[in-house]
Order: sequence, then C-alpha cells, then structure tokens
Amino acid sequence: MEPMRIPPFETFYAEQKDAVFVHLRRLLGASAEDAFQETFLRALRAYPDLRHGRHLRAWVFTIATRVVIDEARRTRPRGELPEVAVEDGLPPHAELGPLTDGLPPKERAAVVLRYGFDLPYDEIAAALGSSEDAARQATSSGVRRLRERSKRS
Amino acid sequence: MNTVPARLDDRFRAAAAAGGLLDVAYDVVGSPVGDLFVAVSNRGLCAISYDADAERQIERLARGFGSRVLRSPRPIDPAKRQLDEYFEGKRQRFDLEVDLRLTRDFGRTVLEELGRVPFGEITTYGALAAKAGKPRAARAVGTIMNRNPIPIVLPCHRVVGANGSLVGYAGGLERKQTLLQLEGALLA
Repeated sequence: MEPMRIPPFETFYAEQKDAVFVHLRRLLGASAEDAFQETFLRALRAYPDLRHGRHLRAWVFTIATRVVIDEARRTRPRGELPEVAVEDGLPPHAELGPLTDGLPPKERAAVVLRYGFDLPYDEIAAALGSSEDAARQATSSGVRRLRERSKRS
Repeated sequence: MNTVPARLDDRFRAAAAAGGLLDVAYDVVGSPVGDLFVAVSNRGLCAISYDADAERQIERLARGFGSRVLRSPRPIDPAKRQLDEYFEGKRQRFDLEVDLRLTRDFGRTVLEELGRVPFGEITTYGALAAKAGKPRAARAVGTIMNRNPIPIVLPCHRVVGANGSLVGYAGGLERKQTLLQLEGALLA
C-alpha cells in the first residue's frame, strides 16, 4: 500500500516526470514540452491542497489529461476535435474532464484515459501504477458511479 | 527516449521558482569545505548543510516550511555567489536575508546575536549566552550552535570554549578549523 504521507514535491516530481512526459508525447507529439511544464505547474499550485499521498500517479495523469483537453480546446475549433471511441453513450473526451469531477482520483483518471483517450488497459495500468485488473476495475466502478449520478440528476 | 530532456527539466524548475510556487528552492553547491546543501524560502536563506544528501534535507524542509520543495538553482544564486566570494577571501560579511522562522525564543535570540559576531573574531559560548541575556546558559548555546540551520552565514564556527579549545562543530572540527584559518582567526 502506498503511504498516505505527501512527499516533498521534488520526490513526487522525480517519480512521475518521465511517465508523464511519455504519456504527453504519445498524445501530443512535439508540443508535449509545453504541456509537460503546464502539467507540473498546475500540480505545484494544487499540491498544498492534497490531503494524502495516495494515487499520485493517477492524480498527475488526470492533470496532464486536463492540460491536453484545454490545449485542444484552445487551438482547435470544436468540430475538429479528434474523434474518439464513445461507448455506452458516454460523451467525448472534451466533456469528460468536468463530468468526472468528484470521482475518486484513480477512477477519474481511469475513465478519462479509457474513454477520453482510448488507451488500452495495460497503458492505463502503467499510468495508474497498478495492475491491469485494477485498471479495469477502477474504470468500471468509475463508470458505474457516473451512471448512478446521472440517474439521480 | 523515455526520459524528460534536461533542457525541459531545467525550464520547469526555473518556471516553478519564477512563478513564486515554491515553499523552498534548493541546490547543492561545491565549496572548499565540501558540497553544501543550500536552500531558500520566500523569506530568505533558510538552510545550509554539510550533509549534501538532498533526500534527507528535503524531508526535513518540507515538514518545516511546506511540501513544495524543489531543486531550482536560480533562487540560490545570490547565496552561492556570496559563499564563493567568502571562500575566495573577497567577502567578510554576508548580505542576505535569512529565514529563522523554525527557531523560536532563546534559540532565535542566540542566532541573531551570533549573526553579529564579526569576521575573523572568535567569541565563547558563555559570552554569546550573556549577549543573548542568559549568562549561565553556555551549555544551551552549545546545543543551539549544534543545530544552527545556516552555518557559515550564521558563523557558529566563531564560537569556542572558554579555554580557547574549538570544542565542537556540527560539520566536524576540521571544517571549523579551516573556516577560522580562512578568516585569519587561527594560525594556519
């Protein structure tokens, strides 16, 4: 089990930077560099509000994913957003960020990576630092939670 | 290539400091008395350590000053430059803000008095205790010197025993001797 304690930012950064960089380069190619810096600057801003040190990889991947979504919104007219697989009537990735607000961080990252970016479960597992089974579970329980929420509202 | 390019890593570290997002910025700098771990907060120089093992240092700093501790060389530059000048014999007084917020009460008073002991002079634990208002607290002053968060700049190496013996130094007696020789307070 990961420790609850929040590590010094340097430790967190050293542990996550390469994985985040690879992830962003896969999504953005050459413009990954600006997104990388923006991701960790956002992480720094949010760091004092973290309540525990669990699932920091999922947390920073969620931030990176938001950065990519914001970047896509900023630079491309809406109609030109890349088509991604939409399953079970879930909305495309541009909407997933706000929609998944309030999900536990690991489930949120899993849902965004699976349905927003169509990543296979083994890559989601790598992103979350967990097993493939755990990645599947996090995704499906995130989806279940979203369904329940949409029934209620 | 599956690692962050050094140039991008440097750029992020500089941007983090420039954005005022750090509780503490640090770096490890070379000196004639070995590698020094040097750290600054938003209020000033907050740590110098002869223990250059950054991992140990940053845990301690994160507990005291906040979790946003990052290696970022630029904010350290003024302290680094003045330390270089000191070791080259070109500087006798440090002109740097210090952040002593983690040292309170008597300890704080003693460190502030310590900061007034001039280059090239020595004083004693008892004399420093007296200056801080507690003439009988020489032993407590010894403990405070041992825990001095900013050695060299707050010159605990200039504090010796009443009989003139060097007594002790958190960085080891050899370093204390080297610093006093550099200042001409001890014969080489």
